[in-house]
Amino acid sequence: MTVAIHLAGVSKTYRPPRKRPYLAITDIDLDIQAGRFVSVVGPSGCGKSTLLSLVSGLLPATTGEVVLNGTPVQGVRTDLGFIFQRDALLPWRTVRENVALPLRFRGRQDAALVRDWIARVGLAPFADNYPHELSGGMRKRAQLAQCLVADPPVLLMDEPFSALDVQTRNLMENELLALWGGSAKTVLFITHDLEEAIALSDEIVVMTAGPGRIKATYPVPLPRPRSVTEIRFAPEFSALYERAWADLRDEVERSYADSLKAV
Amino acid sequence: MNAIELSQLPLTRRTWFVRLLQASVIAFFIVAWEALGQLGVLDKFFYSRPSLIAPRIAQWFAEGPTDTSIYADIRVTLTETILGFIVGTAAGLAVGYSFARNWLLGQAFDPLLSMFNAIPRLVLAPVFILAFGIDMASKVALGVTLVFFIVFFATFTAVRDVDQTLVDNVRVLGARRRDVTIHVLLPAAFSAIVASLRTSAGFAFAGAIVAEYIGSSVGVGRRIANSEAFFDSTGVFGGIVVIAILALALDALLQIVEGSFSRWKPRRER
Repeated sequence: MTVAIHLAGVSKTYRPPRKRPYLAITDIDLDIQAGRFVSVVGPSGCGKSTLLSLVSGLLPATTGEVVLNGTPVQGVRTDLGFIFQRDALLPWRTVRENVALPLRFRGRQDAALVRDWIARVGLAPFADNYPHELSGGMRKRAQLAQCLVADPPVLLMDEPFSALDVQTRNLMENELLALWGGSAKTVLFITHDLEEAIALSDEIVVMTAGPGRIKATYPVPLPRPRSVTEIRFAPEFSALYERAWADLRDEVERSYADSLKAV
Repeated sequence: MNAIELSQLPLTRRTWFVRLLQASVIAFFIVAWEALGQLGVLDKFFYSRPSLIAPRIAQWFAEGPTDTSIYADIRVTLTETILGFIVGTAAGLAVGYSFARNWLLGQAFDPLLSMFNAIPRLVLAPVFILAFGIDMASKVALGVTLVFFIVFFATFTAVRDVDQTLVDNVRVLGARRRDVTIHVLLPAAFSAIVASLRTSAGFAFAGAIVAEYIGSSVGVGRRIANSEAFFDSTGVFGGIVVIAILALALDALLQIVEGSFSRWKPRRER
């Protein structure tokens, strides 16, 4: 098996102007096999999102080595899809125009492929609507289609469903699994929700409170295909949840205590 | 009728009611002006009267389209407005964009621009008339200085504060520098310019008229200055009414333009 994402001795220090520099993540060693669905869980402020910025090349690592699809990351990478936590669709473009962007940037035109992806995420009737005319869940679907239309081998997702209500969220999680299943894509999924992480993933990585380090990794011994709504009742699910939560709880408490101190 | 009863009326009836109310307010204003004039409370010499102004305006429009007619005045004023608007917008966009993209450039020019912006631009009118003559160029120049700063600040803030997520997203999707400009930064700037369109066009119009008033041979502003020179208050007010009607028409037109460019925006933000 090949390694899709390789991080060795990675750390990131932010140096905001006129403020003290601070260490967001440190000593990160992580190898993600191609085709795996891996989730990173951690308390807020532990640098989970920083991890994705480093893998995508949007930010440079301060130390260490980041390798994506066999090539060291030295600038913004386009051989991946990135679902941002916040809305990232261009508000002045319709769903169709947004989804077509990656092809356009590559000098390609493929109306049929764009239409196909819009249909696959269930937005066919809304292809010519603007993002503000869609619900939060629909905007996420559109973003998913936008990311996947150029068929990147790796998908980075930064708490993509955290702004959605619980029902929509479960629907979206199932749809994500359906889209991913059999695609051989590698997914690196960031969340603060342990349940979501276990329900979706092949492997979960628990991070410490900031500066974030890797505290533990657990393989998820659950069969696929799964339904995220039902898999939560499996005994293996609860067993893993308890073990991982024991790790996570300490970090959440520490992170909370730190945030009180900062005030 | 109180507010609750009013809000319960069907929408069309409610709109008609409001329209009627608005028309009554205007009618009251005109009638009061006329009545106070007839009664001698308002001196006809200074304040004229609607019954004198209306025939005067009708008389202007009844004249054929000669070089000194109201048609020529309106044509010149609107041409100056449009030119001032276009040149000011282009300059504001270019400078605002470069300053937002180049931190050092922005810092270097910041004090100078703030100083120019602090000057009430209308005092520049005599300067422009000396520099560019009494023809259109001086009027356009004043309009440009007014429009420029509005568009400059709108563009500068829009480009500088553009949502970084949008930029990051298109970069990962494969956008090069030029693509980021075309697909994210310029649309953000354009949207801010459209939002300030009515303000900036209004300023271009005001600039043209003020500069005409101060020194020109043709234009609606000139017509007012001429009337004033002959202590002809009816002519002055007639010119003001023509300007008001032009301004309303211009604003209505721009509202339509703005709406057609804002289809992608949520209704509240339009």
